[in-house]
Amino acid sequence: MIWALLGPELLLAIFALAVILLDLAVKQKGVLAVFSIVGLLGSIGASLALWGTNGIALNNMLVIDKYALFFDVLFAAAAILVILASTDYVEKLKGFQGEYYALILLATTGMMFMASTRELVSIYISLELTSISLYILAGFLKDAKSTEAGLKYLLLGSVSSAVLVYGMALVFGTTGGTHLGVIWNAVKGLNGIADNPTLIMGIVFLVAGFGFKIATVPFQMWVPDVYEGAPTPVTAYLSVASKAAGFAVILRVFFEAFGRAPWLSQSWGMLFAILAAITMTVGNVVAINQTNIKRLLAYSSIAHAGYIMMGLAAVGLMESQLALARSGILFYLAGYGLTNLGAFIAIIAISNNTGSDLIDDYKGMVRRAPVLSLGLAFTLISLTGLPPTAGFVAKIYLFNAALQSGLLWLVIVGVLNSVISAYYYLRVVKTMYLGEPASTERLSSSGPLRVALTASCFGVLFLGVLPNTVIQVTEAIKFLVS
Amino acid sequence: MEFNFILSTIVFLPAVGAIIIALGRGLSPRGIKLAAALFTLLAFGLSLSAYFQFDSAPGGPLFQFREAASWLPSINSQYHLGVDGLSLPLVVLTTFLGIISVLISWKINLRPREYFAWLLLLETGILGVFTSLDLLLFFLFWEVELIPMYMLISIWGSGRKEYSATKFVVYTIFGSALMLVGMLALYASAGTFDIEALAGMNLATVHTVIPLAAIFFLIFMAFAIKLPVFPFHTWLPDAHTDAPTAVSVILAGVLLKMGGYGMIRISVTLFPTVAKEWAPLLVILAVGSVLYGAAVTLRQTDLKKLIAYSSVSHMGYVLLGIFALTQVSLTGAALQMVSHGVVTGLLFAMVGVVYDHSHLRDLSKLGGLARQMPVAAVVFSIAGMASLGLPGTSGFVAEFVTFVGSFTSKAFDGIQFYTILGVVGIAVTAGYILWMLQRTFYGPPQEKFAGVLDAGGVEKVAIFSFVVAIMLLGVYPAVVTGVLGAGIAPVVRLLGG
Repeated sequence: MIWALLGPELLLAIFALAVILLDLAVKQKGVLAVFSIVGLLGSIGASLALWGTNGIALNNMLVIDKYALFFDVLFAAAAILVILASTDYVEKLKGFQGEYYALILLATTGMMFMASTRELVSIYISLELTSISLYILAGFLKDAKSTEAGLKYLLLGSVSSAVLVYGMALVFGTTGGTHLGVIWNAVKGLNGIADNPTLIMGIVFLVAGFGFKIATVPFQMWVPDVYEGAPTPVTAYLSVASKAAGFAVILRVFFEAFGRAPWLSQSWGMLFAILAAITMTVGNVVAINQTNIKRLLAYSSIAHAGYIMMGLAAVGLMESQLALARSGILFYLAGYGLTNLGAFIAIIAISNNTGSDLIDDYKGMVRRAPVLSLGLAFTLISLTGLPPTAGFVAKIYLFNAALQSGLLWLVIVGVLNSVISAYYYLRVVKTMYLGEPASTERLSSSGPLRVALTASCFGVLFLGVLPNTVIQVTEAIKFLVS
Repeated sequence: MEFNFILSTIVFLPAVGAIIIALGRGLSPRGIKLAAALFTLLAFGLSLSAYFQFDSAPGGPLFQFREAASWLPSINSQYHLGVDGLSLPLVVLTTFLGIISVLISWKINLRPREYFAWLLLLETGILGVFTSLDLLLFFLFWEVELIPMYMLISIWGSGRKEYSATKFVVYTIFGSALMLVGMLALYASAGTFDIEALAGMNLATVHTVIPLAAIFFLIFMAFAIKLPVFPFHTWLPDAHTDAPTAVSVILAGVLLKMGGYGMIRISVTLFPTVAKEWAPLLVILAVGSVLYGAAVTLRQTDLKKLIAYSSVSHMGYVLLGIFALTQVSLTGAALQMVSHGVVTGLLFAMVGVVYDHSHLRDLSKLGGLARQMPVAAVVFSIAGMASLGLPGTSGFVAEFVTFVGSFTSKAFDGIQFYTILGVVGIAVTAGYILWMLQRTFYGPPQEKFAGVLDAGGVEKVAIFSFVVAIMLLGVYPAVVTGVLGAGIAPVVRLLGG
């Protein structure tokens, strides 16, 4: 029974190892991509088969609820799109294609565990499984920038992991347990912030450690350099799946362990609210001056982390808003994920041809690649939050949740930030549609990449026009709380 | 047979046309134009048929041709369309300008596929605003218009087109950001986005998360920028001057009316108490717009800029009529919106004709063109007369009704004084319109215009349609006042008078 419950994760782990073995045997490396996608599809199938079962596994460390399964599907779908978009890119990787796919699958496995654990040590282990895979992937190109990205990511990531472990130790020290349920039982008996300095310090360190993963200010310094240097498909994966995994953990940990005691949750709710305001403002303001599209999207992803944190703040400040805010976060992550993947896929195709990520080199792109330009423009419009896209509905839905929790000031900050963001997103659109192209040569792109771009754009449109199909699902998602 | 989706069909026909044009790789430029004309003509025909089916008898249903479907039930937002006597004439006006703008774009040969796709998408956005009965849906359509306008101005415009397009977007998006906050605050207080439900629940008695007046002004700002109201008007002259002709026609003709329509449909209908309380300030702003707009217009030497500034002045009458808050003044404001849509649409179309043929828009260089372009001179003069409010044209009826309404209003003491100040604007209008016509068409013929041709075939179809509309509204205003009055009456009832 336990093996069935862990099906989505185990299947991916097996496929990850099998890909490496297969790499030795086949000459035609495209087979590896197909094989990995089969594994991911199998994992999605397993998740869907488990939908509705509320199970616990491995000594109550793992919980298989709809929340975890939703993220399992999200991560696997993101990985599929990334692999489809990598088909041109991996040509550059020469002898290491098997490892590339294996690491993506392993990172995905780690994220899936992150979404379903409710025990601090296993959270840490699954987080490290993800992070170490991503460190390697970030340095995979082995050129100067990629190496710098990998190293920077590794060093800063290790520091943040250390901070996280320290926070976990402090929480363990004050509550006597690493299981979220045990922690909650201890927190229940406490009262008052001033009386529990160690616990508060532990929580602050947890925020710092997790904050690194979701790239909130002031733990965002690694983002632009790593996003710029890493192979673009890896950047796409980092900006979508890794961020979503971070939010998956934060929401579960903070709600289950610290969320039902108002004296405590009000404080971390306000902390997230302030961080959200600072994060989105810094991300958007710095993005304005970027000349490299990958750095621009790096800062934009920081800004979006800020928007999503509004949902966390809403949960903390008003427990009764949990269902709405959680649904808002999940829908936002799905919409943002599809949108950002779409944008990066278009960028991969363009830079494969032009060899450049400078926004100036996008001039007149619409005449060299009309479909790619339309796809990129559409996803950028979704990132801005204009209709009829997923980004529009996601923002309104999440802003509404924040407002219901009494965060009017934060909603105003968020809305004004959307105005700022329109400026730099639309500048890229303008460059593509208005400038004179440097050459008239048409861009070529591979079939799988076009499939991935089409799929994400239609997904963005679908979520924008008929959002209720997905919102019904996200609203039905509940935590299985011990 | 009952046909229940007439509004959706009208709203989305242009969008379908846009998609077909964008994806139809095999279409020739001529095919693209014909397809655009076909879809806009269909939308116009359908909206006319809706207009004739509309029941404006007193006691009839307020909103007709309704459609409702669940869209976002978790935040109580519906896909809810419907038209009443206020919105239906604006829908007809939009589809009318839709087909006309395709006709006057007939000579566009720069990237025609994209041009007509954006133009049609723009029409869908505007139609959606006029037919939405749900605030969130209203907001959605309000935002849809942004990207097409940006593209149309910045690619097919002239002069400082990118600057103007960006300015337009920044102003609009700033206004809509405030509007979104206002709408969300309204939802957090009242629990629904439905305009009918909100109108029926007397918000003054509802406990709101922020003061009701704050919500009112958050939403009002977006409309004030769009209308535009002095001092939020500075985007308009730039956008108008640098936009291609057809886009100027749409911009002046219906895009500005989204602001006026929003004020009546949302600001006044949902917040009657706040509207009454703040009417003095808003009427002063209106008179400020009228006088400032007129004074600045006097100084313009560029034909397009001149008409753009005159729009600021004429939209001031709309604001005056709305916040005089009587049946007559509100009807006048609505009528002024329709009339101005047709009149200024024609003025911009005529500037386009003059510019296309003479390649000049500078009044100091133009002159004596009546010899070379007699038809254009006559039509331009008719448009000018309508703009300055000559009896027999739509402009006269609209302005007269507005002034009568606001002069007899009891909204606050001293409104008569402001009305008289507003009337002064008419005198100034007469000055600049006559001066403009004289400088362009009359005076001795100039040699440099020797080979200039008059308006061509397609252009004539477009501009004569305008003339017919102006005359019809001027001579027989009942064709639209009855319907408008049916839409205004319930608003006035909410105001308690």
